[in-house]
Amino acid sequence: MQDKLNEIEKAALAALAEVNDPAAVEAWRVTHLGRSSELMGVFSGLGKLSKEERPTVGQAANRVKVALEAALEEKAAVVKQAALEKSLAEEKLDVTLPGRNKHIGRLHPSTQQLRRVLSILAEMGFQVFTSREVETDEFNFQHLNFPPHHPARDMQDTFFIEAENRGDNPILMRTHTSPGQIHAMRYFAATDPNNPPPIRIALPGMCFRYEQITARSEVQFNQVEGLAVGKNITFADLKGTIADFVRRMFGEGARLRFRASYFPFTEPSAEVDVECFVCGGKGCQVCKNSGWLEILGCGMVHPNVLIAGGYDPKVYSGYAWGMGPERQLMLRNKVGDIRYFWGNDVRFLEQF
Amino acid sequence: MKIPLSWLKDFIDLSGLSVEDVARKLTLAGMEVDEILYVGLPMPVYKEGEKHEFKTNGIGWDKEKLVVAEIREVNPHPNADKLTLLDLYDGQQDQVVLTGAPNIFHLKGTGKLEKPIKVAYAKEGTTLYDGHAEGQVLMTLKRAKIRGVDSYSMVCSEKELGITDESDGIIILDDDAPVGMPLADYMGDAVLDISILPNMARNANVIGIARELAAMLGRELKKNSNQLPVASGQSVKELVEIEITDPELNPRFVLGLIRNIEIKPSPYQIQRRLKLAGVRAISNIVDATNYAMIEYGEPLHAFDYDVLKKRAGDKKIKISTRAAKDGEKLKTLDGNERTLTAMNVLVCDEKGSLSLAGVMGGSESEVTDSTKNILLEGAAWNFINIRRTAKQHNLPSEASFRFSRGVHPAMSEGGVSLGLKYMAEWAGGAVAPDLVDAYPLPPRDAVVEITVNDVKRWLGIDLTLEKTAELLKRLEFKCEVKGDKLQVTSPNHRMDIGEGVVGVADVLEEVARSYGYDNIPTTTMADALPPQVGNPIHEWEEHLRDLLVALGLQEVVSYRMTSPEKEGRIAKHDEYVRLANPIAPEKSVLRRSLVASVIDSLEKNIRYSEAFSFFEIGSVFVPHKNELPDEPRKLAIAMTGLREATAWDVKDSAKLDFFDLKGRIELMLSGLRLTNISYTATSAYSHLHPGKAAEVKAGDKVIGVFGEMHPLVKEQYELGDSPVLVAEFDLDTMRAISPTYGIKTIPETPSMYEDIALIVDESVKAETVEALIKQTGGRSVTNVRLFDLYRDEKIGAGKKSLAYALTYQAEDKTLTDADAAAIRNKIVKRLEKEVGAKLRS
Repeated sequence: MQDKLNEIEKAALAALAEVNDPAAVEAWRVTHLGRSSELMGVFSGLGKLSKEERPTVGQAANRVKVALEAALEEKAAVVKQAALEKSLAEEKLDVTLPGRNKHIGRLHPSTQQLRRVLSILAEMGFQVFTSREVETDEFNFQHLNFPPHHPARDMQDTFFIEAENRGDNPILMRTHTSPGQIHAMRYFAATDPNNPPPIRIALPGMCFRYEQITARSEVQFNQVEGLAVGKNITFADLKGTIADFVRRMFGEGARLRFRASYFPFTEPSAEVDVECFVCGGKGCQVCKNSGWLEILGCGMVHPNVLIAGGYDPKVYSGYAWGMGPERQLMLRNKVGDIRYFWGNDVRFLEQF
Repeated sequence: MKIPLSWLKDFIDLSGLSVEDVARKLTLAGMEVDEILYVGLPMPVYKEGEKHEFKTNGIGWDKEKLVVAEIREVNPHPNADKLTLLDLYDGQQDQVVLTGAPNIFHLKGTGKLEKPIKVAYAKEGTTLYDGHAEGQVLMTLKRAKIRGVDSYSMVCSEKELGITDESDGIIILDDDAPVGMPLADYMGDAVLDISILPNMARNANVIGIARELAAMLGRELKKNSNQLPVASGQSVKELVEIEITDPELNPRFVLGLIRNIEIKPSPYQIQRRLKLAGVRAISNIVDATNYAMIEYGEPLHAFDYDVLKKRAGDKKIKISTRAAKDGEKLKTLDGNERTLTAMNVLVCDEKGSLSLAGVMGGSESEVTDSTKNILLEGAAWNFINIRRTAKQHNLPSEASFRFSRGVHPAMSEGGVSLGLKYMAEWAGGAVAPDLVDAYPLPPRDAVVEITVNDVKRWLGIDLTLEKTAELLKRLEFKCEVKGDKLQVTSPNHRMDIGEGVVGVADVLEEVARSYGYDNIPTTTMADALPPQVGNPIHEWEEHLRDLLVALGLQEVVSYRMTSPEKEGRIAKHDEYVRLANPIAPEKSVLRRSLVASVIDSLEKNIRYSEAFSFFEIGSVFVPHKNELPDEPRKLAIAMTGLREATAWDVKDSAKLDFFDLKGRIELMLSGLRLTNISYTATSAYSHLHPGKAAEVKAGDKVIGVFGEMHPLVKEQYELGDSPVLVAEFDLDTMRAISPTYGIKTIPETPSMYEDIALIVDESVKAETVEALIKQTGGRSVTNVRLFDLYRDEKIGAGKKSLAYALTYQAEDKTLTDADAAAIRNKIVKRLEKEVGAKLRS
């Protein structure tokens, strides 16, 4: 019997040497260690043996079983490792094939830029105040120190709305967000008319100008204005605030300069140029080689505007500044055609 | 406004400053230089892409090669009829030059000239503009044989030197031009193109700009004398009188007379300056009016005195000014007969109207080649009338540009004197003594008092009154310290300084400019931060935008302007907010439908992608006759195309349909934390498919409507084959509904899951079945999700199977199978009873 067991072991190990894939491992297990294997036959034949033979044969058979199981385990590990290596070697992707996309949503570029601007302003204490897009001449011009027929009106070509019997107060599309200055001042002044509270607000919104639509001019555009009114606000503070804003918006190194300018609703008025953030002021196509980008207009709120808003210019002063998110995007993203913004072409929108 | 540098230098010493330095000073002080045009002065050379602060154009003249020369002989070309040969002297040697210039041709064959002709001579190798090419093309003079004669140099036209685009004749210089002098030294120039802002009307002239430069540089302004030149003969006062009907319209009117002038061209240097300033040179008399205007700022008008005298029947001429009568006619200088209105102002004599005041002269009394005596007008007009008149008749002119921005009446007199002076210089003649001066309404010069504190409070700088006065005096303000106040009087060339609080701000602006904006410090606001308040409407809309983007929707922003026809394809309205001056018919009204805007964007894009999910948030405009419109806020959504993005191994996708849109809406509303939402089928909206449309309610308020676009509406557009889903929500209504912020706690007990399929009649709504399940299951059923809708013959005609995944859960214990079975049986029984449902086995 011992010989038979040796035979079984020898044959099984010989067969195992030939095994080299997981299926063959399993097949070998069934043949050599399975219920109907020769070895198992030895175990099931133990009962027929004499009491004396039984322990010896039993022990011998068990030794073979343990040996074969160990061999199997070892082989299985080797085969598994080989199979893994093989599959890893075979499963190579062309990683340059395109990924599977999703249809995703985005904010319009103007909204994105408005948010950048408004979030900086919010940190600086300027909170959003919105007002209507169709206005009266009174709010869009007269309260802002553009009397009827004033030459400054030529600076803002206006869309008028059909309406009768309105005299010097026609209805129009607002040409700037500045009517909101009056709405806001009156709103805040009404809370305490004898001692109106200080104001710090941001006025975002769509504005309209009577222009032909070309690559450089549009009939509508967004504007954001900042307005601060208080008892102790100076032109030097305006410069400081703008410097802070420009640093946050265009980077720490951005130099700026204030040029005297004219807006009816501020005095003194200034245009602010920022050193070109594309070329660092060295000269490039974006700044038309000038090294400067005209980025915003600003000034001290005109006394007539303070009066119209319910703030006494002998006690209060303030400043305002305005800028165009689309213009900022055009400069930063080198958008050559302003018509892209309201064209809503997905091939444009997808790039933001 | 174009200002030649040479002209500026008549009034200010600019030594030590480059053209760019001058341009920068002006730009920082509020007179922005848009372009520098070099016409002879050495032009800086910039490398490709190198920074240059100002837009630069033009040409510098080579000092060695371009010189003043004199033509001594004009001879015929031996082989060409149309060419002449000029013998000229360039200061060093004699040269022979070929020319075909028509203004020399008449001298052909004259031989030696009695008086040499001074010209601009370009030697061999000079680079200048090609006189025969279209536009400005540089070329270099090379030696060549033309019809057998050596040609290597030329006498120049204005085009070749970049002065104008005139190439027809050569420049004939003034007789006193020094032969041999480099042309650049004799008349090299640079022109500053300056934007004049509406508050800087006073600077729309050479002296105004020079005055600003003098102030900014701290240099002296050289003034020319505006004294009436030496006069002779009968005083003009005896010959002419003036009557002003309405001083508000015409505060001042001045006339002067010059006799025995000779009409001829002005000196070339004068013509050149005028041309560089953008004004045509016409004759010495017309040029004198323009030259004085550009230099000094007072527009002048020259009448032919003899015409007026004849009209007056040789009696004393009576000039009057008045508002025109409605319908009155006047033939202006440009040959057009104009119909006038009462807002126009006329200059008249007793025979009738002579000119449209401040805008354009009339043709009858205009100066002609045979004019001998000139009556010269300088006046002041109400700028609003001039502005409206120039607009009404579409007559923008150098005069109306200035008058419509305000010219100080004090300048009328100086302007006339200066004009007469130039006429006497260039046209001979004798100035008559005196001026006729009607000045019924002299303006009061603004007087403003400012304190040290005003400067500190408004500008943030500490200046003594003396220092403030010094800054203002540079701009010719009169200043007097009175105790702790500085009394400032506006100079009599400017009309932009007000009084009271406005005057203070006006003066402070001048203090700031004179001090230099760059010198004002940069400070952090000391003023207290006001109470911070949010803007709930804005924040809510931004949150909504974020939700929609997270749901895969692309935001679009559209024109507010559309046309009833364009919008009418999907939304018909009779009343609109209409533009009185639309730029185009398709932008004639303000939109009433936001869906229409979004569909327009969809239509424009339809070829560029396989799927679109667009949204827009914005106002629509609801008209109120003759009043401001309402501007309700809306949300519109439009979707069409494929549900899934295709890829190289994902070829097919179902198309977006009603339920894709509904799913987005559900998620959007839950994101806004709006509860108690219901959907009701509707066929009330003509733009929606009557069977695939629903109204959305929150509680009992309709907040929006959505569905598939009606096929007939879709036919109006080019929108492809896929269904188009649209939604519009009323944001003002939605925002007014209080959101529910509470959340459900996550139970710690295990839940059980079970699917049940129910067969019901087609007419039974999913919403009803789900509601019954929830009602009956009560708190033990924590989730009900429809996962299948199935129709089949085996189920029976007119029936459908709704399969739900139910989640059972108790807050306080672990449910057993028996508990679940009991709940299920209760639900099924209720559904059997209420809607005749059968459990599908």
